[in-house]
Amino acid sequence: MNLSKRKLRLRIVQYVCFAVVAVGILAPVVWMILTSVMYPKDLTSLPLKLIPTQVTFSRYAELFNDTNIDDAVYVFKGALLNSVVIATFVTLLSLVVGSLAAYGFARLKFHFKNGLMMLTLFTYMIPPVAMVIPMYLIFSQFGLLDKKSGLIVLYLSFILPFIIWVMQGFFGSISKSFEEAAEIDGASRLQTLIYIFMPIARPGAIATGILAFLMSWDEFFYSLVFTSSLNAKTMPVAIAEFNGKFTIDYGMISVAGVIASLIPVLITLFFQKYIVMGMTSGGVKE
Amino acid sequence: MKKRKSEERFAYSVVSPALIIVFFVVIAPMVITLMYTFVNMDSTSTRTGQFMGLHYYISALSSAQFWADFGRTMYYTVLSTAAETIVGLLIALLLDQDFKGVKFLRAITIIPWAIPTVVNGSLWKLIFNGQYGVLNAILLRLHLISSYQSWLGDPGSAMNAIVIADAWKMTPLAVIFFLAALQGFNRATYEAAMVDGAGVFRRFWVLTLPYLKPTILIVVVMRTVEKFKAFDLFYIMTRGGPADGTKTLMYDAYLKAFTNLNYSQAATYAYLIAIIVVMLTVAYMKIMRKGSDELE
Amino acid sequence: MKSLKSIVSIGLSALMAVGMAGCSGGTNGGGDTSAKKGVTLKALFMKQAGYSETDINAMTKDFEAANPNIKVDLTFVAYEELEPKILTAAKTGGYDVVLGDCIWPSQFAKSGMVLDVTDRVKNLNVSDIYQGALDSTKYNGKYYGVPWLNDVKYLYCNKSMLSKAGISAPPATWDELIADAKAIKDKGIVQYPIAASWSQAEALICDYTVVAGGFGGAFVDANNNPTLNSDANKKALSFMYDSLKSGLTNPKSLEMIEDDVLGTFTSGNAAFALNWTYMYNESKDASKSKVVNDVEIEPVPGEGSVKSATVNGGMPLMITAGSKNPDEAWSYMVYLSSKDVQKKYCKDALPIWKSLYSDSGVISTGGADLVKVSNTQYQYIVNRPQVSYYSELSNNMQSKLQSVLLGKEDAGKALDELQSKAESLQNG
Repeated sequence: MNLSKRKLRLRIVQYVCFAVVAVGILAPVVWMILTSVMYPKDLTSLPLKLIPTQVTFSRYAELFNDTNIDDAVYVFKGALLNSVVIATFVTLLSLVVGSLAAYGFARLKFHFKNGLMMLTLFTYMIPPVAMVIPMYLIFSQFGLLDKKSGLIVLYLSFILPFIIWVMQGFFGSISKSFEEAAEIDGASRLQTLIYIFMPIARPGAIATGILAFLMSWDEFFYSLVFTSSLNAKTMPVAIAEFNGKFTIDYGMISVAGVIASLIPVLITLFFQKYIVMGMTSGGVKE
Repeated sequence: MKKRKSEERFAYSVVSPALIIVFFVVIAPMVITLMYTFVNMDSTSTRTGQFMGLHYYISALSSAQFWADFGRTMYYTVLSTAAETIVGLLIALLLDQDFKGVKFLRAITIIPWAIPTVVNGSLWKLIFNGQYGVLNAILLRLHLISSYQSWLGDPGSAMNAIVIADAWKMTPLAVIFFLAALQGFNRATYEAAMVDGAGVFRRFWVLTLPYLKPTILIVVVMRTVEKFKAFDLFYIMTRGGPADGTKTLMYDAYLKAFTNLNYSQAATYAYLIAIIVVMLTVAYMKIMRKGSDELE
Repeated sequence: MKSLKSIVSIGLSALMAVGMAGCSGGTNGGGDTSAKKGVTLKALFMKQAGYSETDINAMTKDFEAANPNIKVDLTFVAYEELEPKILTAAKTGGYDVVLGDCIWPSQFAKSGMVLDVTDRVKNLNVSDIYQGALDSTKYNGKYYGVPWLNDVKYLYCNKSMLSKAGISAPPATWDELIADAKAIKDKGIVQYPIAASWSQAEALICDYTVVAGGFGGAFVDANNNPTLNSDANKKALSFMYDSLKSGLTNPKSLEMIEDDVLGTFTSGNAAFALNWTYMYNESKDASKSKVVNDVEIEPVPGEGSVKSATVNGGMPLMITAGSKNPDEAWSYMVYLSSKDVQKKYCKDALPIWKSLYSDSGVISTGGADLVKVSNTQYQYIVNRPQVSYYSELSNNMQSKLQSVLLGKEDAGKALDELQSKAESLQNG
């Protein structure tokens, strides 16, 4: 088979896959967007009109204009802000503290290393739902209930072990030659860590940072139990509140979904360059 | 010796901030929860506070309910993790290539992951709705089904529905990990193999796959742990039904804690879940190591 | 080594004390001095709960005006959050007054999470309160709260479908309902005449309670001993299964909760539906409903000697065990459930006071049909079993009942198994 025919076959395969993946990803998203602008009557009508003949942006308008503190819609805005603040702090803290720890576990020797790593990982493996009652009592004693700082600390407790474990996987595969060179040049351990190692480890760290952000963004159960007011309530809880005792407001949930997804999507798009830039710049060896 | 000691001191200094935060928050609750598994913490029992030894562990492990939950949890875990890993890898391979539109595809890949679980669950619940869901509408129009199906009303299909909803949202995570790894892949060897006449599959199997092994391990372990702890999606989509068809170990633990108010049973389930996950992780690692030993 | 061990054990027992004693920490503000100056109550309510948040805020402001030394901090959460929040905060007094589902008092009472208010209740004009509503907070002969939000299930009919099938009056018995449904189906008016909420949720138990009650069955006897496998209960369950099998009840009912029943009814796809009070207003809302002019609300049917039986879905107010201000909490609760307040806000929720149902103001604000039906229906309220193990029993029932309705298990056998489960829970 000559080269151009081969290339054509490749292209066809690529574009078929492209189409399949794109549809698979976008179809539910498109449906979510449509649901957010459809009238409630149309949502439950049969036969279902796949492309609605009438749309309403009233829900979006409600979201922007509502100032009544009682309404779930108003709460959503505040909760969204809380989510952003909390997720940002959690991400930054877990990146800084987490990458330091990951570096230690991946590259340094010290007593109890394995034991500590395993204990840390074990904390990640225990379902939070079971620990909630004792946690609540403790947080209540320390006055950390319904506070953003309380949630940040709480989220770090399960995101950090995970982040450390993932990052030390990335870190472990980076070549040691750079650090050795730096040591010969007289750099201190700290300097080596910050100026030599971190730039190389950046793509892996960024991928992990996105992971931390999304884990914090998505968290529902802890927030449900530990928050009660707009002081600390996060977006997933606010969305759950669109539902009444018997009712599920699909339209409003979809609106919230559209808006709440935009932020992580934008962040990831922005950082995607760094992931894609790859680890080749640092000479990653298997 | 001095070097060793200074290395150790440095190690502790970098590691301690993280460990302090984690243990400070989690250790006490973990210990208390562990104690709950040995003491009667059923708030409606007449014997609250009584030391029960291994009673709760034994009664859990000998109950049919526990093993039924375990079976369902394994089904969910294996199916969705396999789907995410395999599909994630395939998509990453696609995104790693160069063709017009790949940038667009890379950009939209993140979207499912960005949708909060509470929204994702509701969205798929609506899609699968037996009376006016869009899936039914489309399948009927394509003549693939003869009448609207109650996807969430049947125990078997309800679990599959959850697998789909979960895998759809979480596959991008696997994609990101594999893509990051692929970007560091040594092309030179790959191209050399091409010149040597090795076909696509052979190149993948012998060169790419072994390289990706550590990443696969991380993804599989990470997803397995998350699957065993998965709660939010089940809570929103099915509440463990129908007829317990989607009741996992985790959901049962939640019910035991928050509706039965039997904290001992809930704590026991939680620790058993953790132990199972540890065993699975060790098993994965052994398999991975064995695999790479064989190749060498 | 020995000293390390003792430190660890002391530490552990300290943690145990924290964990198990339901520590007295967690201040909830407000003075706890005997003068009771400036008391701040914390109250936990539900969003979208009959009364709107604005209304509850207004009621609270009026209460504060009448009681200058008491301030009330209100928290509104989604229904799902209510129980976890009460469970975690009850013993530390994180909230003084909580709104709960009528199926929780027994469990909370047994676990020592809410206060016994039997003596206080005696001071209310109890004869003017519907017995079924009052009893929702009863456990072991004592009262643990005050009924506040009333709710029961009614039978909703689509008038035009009934008249098209030549049915002139709504069914008074379950057999009549089946016959009517069959007539409607045979005439091709609607494919599945009956819509019900039979998904694996409390909604299923509510519906089963209604049907079983109609057949004269009860889940517990007068001494609160389980009677799940009585003949009447078996008959009721088989009745439900048969209605599915014969295509009269919508098969999708197995994944529906109340809101889906509402959607089915308001889109004109059901002739009969069981649902709560809220469906009345929703189905008359032209922006959401296609059957605005065809909605008829009737008492739930009975069978044989039972005229009607409906399930109590109300929400009572309770005082938490950890509350530092039980007296103030009680006066707040009494205020909220008082005749005047309930009369003022009767548009959103019907009162607990019998005498108000003949009050012209209530009739005109609440809606004549609804008030008339409720006056009848409230006399036949059935409470779900008031046993401390109810939630666990309900979970088991939900799963087993679904099995039966899916045709996977025989009704009689399933109920026998539930009975033994209930008995073991009772003894556990």
